Amino acid sequence: MSRLAIPPEIHQIFHGVPVTCHAFNRDRTSMSLTGMINNFFLIYFISEIAVSPSSHEVHVYRKNGSGWTLEQILDEHDKLVTSVDWAPISNKLVTCAQDRNAYVWTIDAPTGKWKPQLVLLRINRAATFVRWSPQENKFAVATGSRLVAVAHLDVDNDWYTTKHIRKPLRSTVTAVAWHKDNILLATGGADGVARVFSAFVKTVDEKAVSPVWGDKLPFATLCAEFGSLNNGPVHSTAHDGNVVFAYGPQGPLISAPTTGLPLITSLFVAEDALVAAGHDCVPLLFKILANNQWALVDRIDKGNNNKSVSSENSAMDMFKKLARTAQATADVELNSVHQNTIT
Amino acid sequence: MCLENFSSQIVERHNKPEIEAQSTKEAIFTPVVMSRNENEKILIEPSINSLRISIKIKQADDLERLLCHTFTRFMMMRAENFVVLRRRAIAGYDISFLITNFHTESMFKHKLVDFIVQFMEEVDREISEMKLSINARARIVAESYLQQFS
Repeated sequence: MSRLAIPPEIHQIFHGVPVTCHAFNRDRTSMSLTGMINNFFLIYFISEIAVSPSSHEVHVYRKNGSGWTLEQILDEHDKLVTSVDWAPISNKLVTCAQDRNAYVWTIDAPTGKWKPQLVLLRINRAATFVRWSPQENKFAVATGSRLVAVAHLDVDNDWYTTKHIRKPLRSTVTAVAWHKDNILLATGGADGVARVFSAFVKTVDEKAVSPVWGDKLPFATLCAEFGSLNNGPVHSTAHDGNVVFAYGPQGPLISAPTTGLPLITSLFVAEDALVAAGHDCVPLLFKILANNQWALVDRIDKGNNNKSVSSENSAMDMFKKLARTAQATADVELNSVHQNTIT
Repeated sequence: MCLENFSSQIVERHNKPEIEAQSTKEAIFTPVVMSRNENEKILIEPSINSLRISIKIKQADDLERLLCHTFTRFMMMRAENFVVLRRRAIAGYDISFLITNFHTESMFKHKLVDFIVQFMEEVDREISEMKLSINARARIVAESYLQQFS
């Protein structure tokens, strides 16, 4: 059903170091990383990236021919960097960490180096997740102090000012996602509830009307609330291994079941296609089918099929191993590019 | 074993296993007990960033009870060498493991599961072997002692 025209590029940047998050720039010529739980990095047609190797540092890599070169280490946080996001048009990076701070990084024109600017989030617990809004004039920070901080640039003073969405949030917020209209903000929390808020900021946004989610949307309006099917934290997906799609407060909830372990992260690659990955170490592709239902259509990482089968010749051997270690083969490594949870 | 990094929402700048802290209700999931009978059972307590597995080892008689106690004590005194072993067992159980997200990040998850399963298989065998050798030794000692009187 879905054949990848171009084979994936696989780059291993670190060995044995978990990577907690990553972000790509617009033309994919540079990336910044900060630690994903993986030795490997699976990249599909990209060229600049920011990653964080499970530490307080963020590494910015630039594509260099077929490989990647480390361009700069952003060393401003003092605890684990939890999330990084790259604004594709304005070319700014935002990072947040468990040290309760967020920084906006811009390229300093004369030196060409990334320069930090501290954002006063006014939170007293860890920041867990950060995303730029589609127009890149605001960003939302999910935090462990049971609120979402929405920061926007105060042009007069040239700093970022923060507004908090507090009200019904009673637990750590683990993920946020923006709607294309730059106003609606979806959040997922450790209490197993996903909520949709309005993040309308008077000085930045023009009007706050959405035909689906309500017509009056002042800041921090709760537009909708969705409980996940079983109790567990909601990320971009729910902890029960299913993916649920919501179409407005009155619209239907469509659920796409999977048989595997919980998914952690998801990304809409098109209006009708979603890639999600998590504890199963394999990215999965979901699509809308003809009857308007979402369904799992493909595993993106096909694994290594041409393994040597010679060692397994007796069926008794295989069942013995299955009984002992619940695996038919004695391989230590999993049959996928990623060997651990994809974050 | 789906664990992730979760910093405490109670204490500032702390990151502790939620199953041990027991302070955030929504971060702790439903525990599971599996048992063959009331002497042999296993308790799995999952949470968002840590997992506690407690095992009650089969103890049929006083000798097995004594052996089991010395064996688990020997292991738990050296807990740091076993990485995932907890220094104290949960009340009602003989030995406990604590697996956190930092362990699953640095080790293969399926191999951690294998380790626990293998441990459970071997601990029973080990204890019954020790019991046999103690009985055999006791018989030899008793025989050689009683030979004096014959």
